[in-house]
Amino acid sequence: MSKDIVLHVRRQDSPNQPSYWEKFTIPYKPRLNVISCLMEIQRNPVNAEGKKTTPVIWECNCLEEVCGACAMVINGKARQACAALVDKLEQPIRLEPLTKFPTVRDLQVDRTVMFDNLKKVQAWIDIDGTHDIGPGPRGNEKTWTWAYEISRCMTCGCCMESCPQVNNSNKFIGPAAIAQVRLMNSHPTGANNAENRILALMEPGGADDCGNAQNCQKACPKNLPLLTSIADVNRQIIKQGVFGWFKRD
Amino acid sequence: MSKPNIIVIGGGLAGLMAALKAVEMGATVQIFSLVAPKRSHSACAQGGINGAINTLGQGDSPQYHFEETIYGGDFLANQTIVRDFCYAAPGMINLLDRMGVTFNRTKEGLIDLRRAGGTKFNRVAFAGGTTGQQMLYALDEQIRKYETQGLVQVLFPWDFVSAVIDDNGVCRGAVCQDLTTMEMKAFPAEAVVMATGGLGYLFGKSTNGTACNGSAVSKLYQQGVTYANGEFIQIHPTSIPGDDKNRLMSETCRGEGGRIWVYKDGQPWYFLEEWYPNYGNLVPRDIATREIFKVCVDMKMGIDGENKVYLDLSHIDPDYLQRRLGGILEMYEIFVGDDPKKVPMQIFPTVHFTMGGLWCDASQMTNIPGLLAAGECDFQYHGANRLGGNAMPACMYAGDVAGKTAMNYAKGLDKAAKDVSSTVFDQELKRCIEEDNMIRKLSGKENPYILHRELGEWMTNNATVVRYNDRLEQTDQKILEIMEKYKNIGITDNSTWTNQVVPFTRWFWNMLELSRVIVKGAIARNESRGGHYKPDYAQRDDENWLKTTLANYTSSGPELSYEEVDTSLIKPRPRVY
Repeated sequence: MSKDIVLHVRRQDSPNQPSYWEKFTIPYKPRLNVISCLMEIQRNPVNAEGKKTTPVIWECNCLEEVCGACAMVINGKARQACAALVDKLEQPIRLEPLTKFPTVRDLQVDRTVMFDNLKKVQAWIDIDGTHDIGPGPRGNEKTWTWAYEISRCMTCGCCMESCPQVNNSNKFIGPAAIAQVRLMNSHPTGANNAENRILALMEPGGADDCGNAQNCQKACPKNLPLLTSIADVNRQIIKQGVFGWFKRD
Repeated sequence: MSKPNIIVIGGGLAGLMAALKAVEMGATVQIFSLVAPKRSHSACAQGGINGAINTLGQGDSPQYHFEETIYGGDFLANQTIVRDFCYAAPGMINLLDRMGVTFNRTKEGLIDLRRAGGTKFNRVAFAGGTTGQQMLYALDEQIRKYETQGLVQVLFPWDFVSAVIDDNGVCRGAVCQDLTTMEMKAFPAEAVVMATGGLGYLFGKSTNGTACNGSAVSKLYQQGVTYANGEFIQIHPTSIPGDDKNRLMSETCRGEGGRIWVYKDGQPWYFLEEWYPNYGNLVPRDIATREIFKVCVDMKMGIDGENKVYLDLSHIDPDYLQRRLGGILEMYEIFVGDDPKKVPMQIFPTVHFTMGGLWCDASQMTNIPGLLAAGECDFQYHGANRLGGNAMPACMYAGDVAGKTAMNYAKGLDKAAKDVSSTVFDQELKRCIEEDNMIRKLSGKENPYILHRELGEWMTNNATVVRYNDRLEQTDQKILEIMEKYKNIGITDNSTWTNQVVPFTRWFWNMLELSRVIVKGAIARNESRGGHYKPDYAQRDDENWLKTTLANYTSSGPELSYEEVDTSLIKPRPRVY
């Protein structure tokens, strides 16, 4: 029995063209990941029927699950291709682009919306400047424990992919940006702009659009505490909504 | 008066820092990057950032940091600039802290520190096992703020194709390519800051990301920028070998108490601890790498007779490990299947860091006015060997300096880029488009990715840990041979939309040119210093070789010359750990 690896790749030549499936067989080696298979196709762009084809297009950089570039749908599940080991996958391995973002070509999608969402919620600490003005505020080990977890969000889009509320008829900002609001608001300097971030999440498509399907936390490759973060931000929204009236000057 | 426009090539730590500084000083900035800045290779820096903030009260100081950096670099780095960088490093850590980097904390909430190699002080500030990620994100967030104010434009995936240099030899902008639409355009700028990182991908497998291909700096070298100390490539002692890449396992594993060993007579043999009683497992990387290599390759004592040794954390409290190294231990478990908190890891050295780079002066300006270099793509902070934890502060510092220099330079220009004759831009753009068309027409039998793998194997086998002149000469011949084969490449994708093969083929030529710089520099340097080790010339030779290698492009290959090293502050002495 041949030990070839069989890949089914959903391909698309450009955004406005229909997608199609192409099958590839790759010689088996132990401990390959999906990226190694795609690299093998670059070296030998021939499909399973023995016909010459173009190499599959995908995005990657770090190959160690830190950069978030190579997220795709593998056997129906959104995850990073670098961390998807062939020996642990059922064959044939089906590779598809993330569906919640516009396809650019083959497995490459355009995730600009995720970066735009970070702009909407002002996900930054507003500092005076980069000049040296000495140490920052002191931290706290307890806050650090969860803040560090959230600071590992790679903006890969797996949470968006898994969320039923992220769809064409809804503007839901998604779990990633909401978690960043919790992170920024917890920072002593970041707290100065907490109200603005919360206001942004009170807009249509904000935190209220979360349908509590709870898929995001399971989908997150870094196990970010997305559910507690959304709950925490919702508390902040209620607090600001209710007490905001009394605080007006 | 309109704001000066600064182009930054590369969206990692150094590039973003340069951009921030330039914007603060009144510029508009265009950042071109192969990937979204958040996905830059800086995210992979694990261990942390050096800076003598001395929060643990060990008596550390920037002066010790400076002295150990020079000593660790085997005296090849220019000393004045390294001193300035080490004295600025605590300020860089504080800045990152103010930007919200989730550094690990002491009980009183100060920034906690741990150890790296080549020092006895805890000097590394860290955020779990993923510090570069948090630092990169912090800068990226600041950039995003300026994007909303219209002061910064971030373009990705875009590729730097070439610099626009006018008839007076002044850089006036850059030709870049949109890798989605494949359109090439010439962009005018008052100054261009290169921050393209290392060149590890040239070696095929390394710890570097696929964007770290060295193509941009090689193109500049071919356009007349001097490339310095090309032969100095750092081989990291501890990586996880893989088929697609070799993944880094941070030096700070040893900083947290990790031990390296192999079996000898049925018992664990901690050879680094035995051979280096003072520093033990925390000798600098070049030394640890050579000793692991010796144990595996010369003594044939690697695990199961193969090229690997144990890196052992299993004696340390798992909760402690999770807090301090969590991210990378998870990575090991994902890719190998074993839990490093319970079972010793199996590791081997691999290409990691590019000490050499574009030549620049203390203000980060290259020999082409208006063209700057900052970060791993510059040559000047690490000498012959980089100390663990020094990459990130050097990126921050060089970016900071480059941003300032770019703006000061821009303000002093008597002619703005937009007033430069459009033919300067048109001509360069035309040249780039013609080259692109020539690549598209390649219709031979060779596959560029296979040739890249061949180059990587030759370079890894002959131009890394141990170097012999005859094998280096053969490697140079091999590179020339591959350059011939290049003409016989067949382009496997002719699409005019999001084509990855054509740009890769362009990068690959640039990798070949740069490989010659590495190899020729190594052949010439008949001594051993830091990461450059020749058994036939096993000693450091200050009399003949305490000098910086300068490579200039000619059509027949790199032409080498040399420059004095600034040793005005610390007298060179033998390096013994």
